Amino acid sequence: MARFTVGSEVRARLGDPDGHTRVPRYVRGHCGEIVGLHGDWKLPDAAVRGTLVTEPVYAVRFRAADLWGHGGHDVIVELWESYLEEAAGER
Amino acid sequence: MSGDHGGHEHGHEHGHDHGGGDGGHHDANIAARVRELEAQLVAAGQITEAELEAILLEGWSGSPAHGAAIVARAWADPGFRDRLLADGNAAAGELGLAAEGYLLKAVANTADEHNLIVCTLCSCYPTSLLGPSPGWYKSFAYRARAVREPRAVLAEFGVELPDSTQITVWDSTAEARYLVVPARPAGSDGLTEAGLAALVTRNGLIGTAVV
Repeated sequence: MARFTVGSEVRARLGDPDGHTRVPRYVRGHCGEIVGLHGDWKLPDAAVRGTLVTEPVYAVRFRAADLWGHGGHDVIVELWESYLEEAAGER
Repeated sequence: MSGDHGGHEHGHEHGHDHGGGDGGHHDANIAARVRELEAQLVAAGQITEAELEAILLEGWSGSPAHGAAIVARAWADPGFRDRLLADGNAAAGELGLAAEGYLLKAVANTADEHNLIVCTLCSCYPTSLLGPSPGWYKSFAYRARAVREPRAVLAEFGVELPDSTQITVWDSTAEARYLVVPARPAGSDGLTEAGLAALVTRNGLIGTAVV
């Protein structure tokens, strides 16, 4: 069951885990908007430890100006659910 | 095992020449390192020679011509275009093309919007459908700059977009692989589907060219 829906405002987690993760550094701690649900997929962070965990993957739209302080474009990044926390109204 | 891996591009950290600045290792050095890594994985029982070969061959069965065929159909058939944008895997299947093991997401360029594809973490690309990605796609320079300054990167590819065009960069961090559907060029009304497909370039399918 997906926790977020299209339109949800979320923040990419800031933490820097010890092992593998697929959260690009440039979005960590930044807020974005869910623009798509990509289905349930294996969480790579767990898979590299030999554990099978599946989670919803979301397409999250970030504004370049929020990420770098400049730029008029958007960047859409795919993030697993546990990479995200709710951030309604914080963007 | 195929004998010579010098031409394979399955190394993710290849140094390539687009824009320079990658430094990196000489290709021959990379090839030797890849062979050594493969030998160690096989020796450790992590993978067999046959499995490795299957993975390598998968990439070579794809071709940008497949992407071009999908785009040409989308230009010619608005119903197919809608289905493609809604479910890329099913639409590719309609043309007998397999996009398996990932979610195929087609993103369409219009007069007001331009889409650009990158994989900042490594070099994800719909290889089984489109074949190996170009060397520059795997370069550190492209991966770092595409998300940060796409307009400047596009200009270096010769793509000058009006300021009013909204750019969206898709970073392939997970299980989706993206395909750009370029805007249909003016003056292409009388062309057959094959004629349309001939207009579509690999860079057009990545978003680093307009067609």
